[in-house]
Amino acid sequence: MTATTSTEQQFAPRRSALYAGNTRAVIHRGFLATRSTNGLVVLSGFFEPVFYLLSLGIGFGALVGTVQTSTGQEVPYAAFIAPALLAVSAMNGAVYDSTWNVFFKLNYSRLYHGMLATSLGPLDVALGEIFLALLRGAMYAVGFMVIMQVFGLNLAWTALLALPAVLLIAFGFASLGMAITSYMKTFNQMDWIAFIMLPMFLFSATFYPITVYPEAIQWVIQALPLWHGVELVRGLTTGALSSMMLVHVGYYLVMIAIGIVFTTSRLRALFLK
Amino acid sequence: MPHPVISARQLTKTYGDFTAVDGIDFDVAPGESFGLLGPNGAGKSTTMRMVGAVSTRTAGELSILGLDPNQHGPDIRSQLGVVPQQDNLDQELRVRDNLLVYGRYFGLPRRVISERADALLEFAQLTDRAKAKVDDLSGGMKRRLTIARALINEPRILLLDEPTTGLDPQARHILWDRLFRLKERGTTLVLTTHYMDEAEQLCDRLVVVDKGRIMAEGSPAALIREYSSREVLEVRFGSDKNAEAAERLAGVGERLEVLPDRILVYSDNGEAVLEQLTHRGLEPITSLVRRSSLEDVFLRLTGRSLIE
Repeated sequence: MTATTSTEQQFAPRRSALYAGNTRAVIHRGFLATRSTNGLVVLSGFFEPVFYLLSLGIGFGALVGTVQTSTGQEVPYAAFIAPALLAVSAMNGAVYDSTWNVFFKLNYSRLYHGMLATSLGPLDVALGEIFLALLRGAMYAVGFMVIMQVFGLNLAWTALLALPAVLLIAFGFASLGMAITSYMKTFNQMDWIAFIMLPMFLFSATFYPITVYPEAIQWVIQALPLWHGVELVRGLTTGALSSMMLVHVGYYLVMIAIGIVFTTSRLRALFLK
Repeated sequence: MPHPVISARQLTKTYGDFTAVDGIDFDVAPGESFGLLGPNGAGKSTTMRMVGAVSTRTAGELSILGLDPNQHGPDIRSQLGVVPQQDNLDQELRVRDNLLVYGRYFGLPRRVISERADALLEFAQLTDRAKAKVDDLSGGMKRRLTIARALINEPRILLLDEPTTGLDPQARHILWDRLFRLKERGTTLVLTTHYMDEAEQLCDRLVVVDKGRIMAEGSPAALIREYSSREVLEVRFGSDKNAEAAERLAGVGERLEVLPDRILVYSDNGEAVLEQLTHRGLEPITSLVRRSSLEDVFLRLTGRSLIE
């Protein structure tokens, strides 16, 4: 076992303390790991919004009839909630991967300890894990969009743009979720994430227009990320484009930037202490 | 000493008010097998983490392979193999995949990793377990896999933190044999341990650490020569009578250590000392003459046992 460092340097020429340019190794690990385990977990996350769509959209929707979107368009109830559920499925997939999965790897399997004892940097790990979370979000989204198409709930060609939008949403939640998870030490604290996610899911103009709330509550809802995601996707699938969409996109871009900076510095603090 | 691969000067690490490592100096030569011997909480693991470039020092100088870990963490880590105290194998991957994926973390090409993985599985005596799940391996196998994994990048220095803690005697001997082979191949080994037999078997040279400080340095034999006698007589009189017997033992041997459960009498000839005891009319319940060990060195230096 003698030293041959020349090959290594050749294959990883960029090396700073934070980033080795080797995110693909982390992603490759993720694929191998998914192949051998948690296939069922992947499926359960996909079916959740589908069940909501069937029960509330199709069943409950028969009683409701049409609903007015924020741009004043009248759409069938199922077409109103389907894009919201699409945004939610992206959120769920991304959050599951970036919180529970990361929490376990951080505190129990000590996976990241092993990774960061190599020439990988914290940014390689963060980007790799976020990418995997994104990919899961994208898989959920594509599946859900197919179902929407089958039920005739994509009302305009711009629905195609909902896919990149959903990726943006997933990216935002994954990067921020990972940063927040880095502060979590116990399972009890992890339960707080669910405690925040559930009301956000129920109240972010997901199942009815935001106008049912008094103005003060509306401000609170509009400050939360899911509302922006729901509005963005709903505008695209119903074909009601507005300049507000740029605000929604901007909201997520900021969220992504904060999440990545935050996650990287946290990983650095956790592992180089 | 040839140009050292690790050099620490006044190396210090504090966490808030607590000083884990308190200004230690040491050098490790290439090809050397160097040990940090001390009880739990002595600062060994903290030192290892700083050497492994995963912990930033608070003060002092540290050079690993000629590089400062504060500036060149990833470069240093790419040339180290790390066997942590707590196994952190990838439980979601199979045995061989653990090696392949770990090699990729170093940015090594697949073909190179694949060849090395097979050789390392052979070395770790895990070839027939290549497709097994990590969870199904025994403690000793997991350790061997962790060591194989640490060798995937052909490191210039292998860091082992308490490599055999928690293993049964047989598994320890297998592991020692593997580590000894690495040593013979010229791999620089740095290991921490609180087992004196492990230190004696594997280390060319070691430092005895306690409370973040280095108490002594040298080869196991030299340390024993310097801080202990050649032989030790261990006698037990029963827990109530040890103290009383110790008074009557005054002047026997070179030195006495009175422990709660037994008395250690240091001398170059244990049998002769035992005869003296009989002459004084002392009749121990049990008596044992043995060679001095690093345990005795530690006791002499700190007044405490290694394993408490």
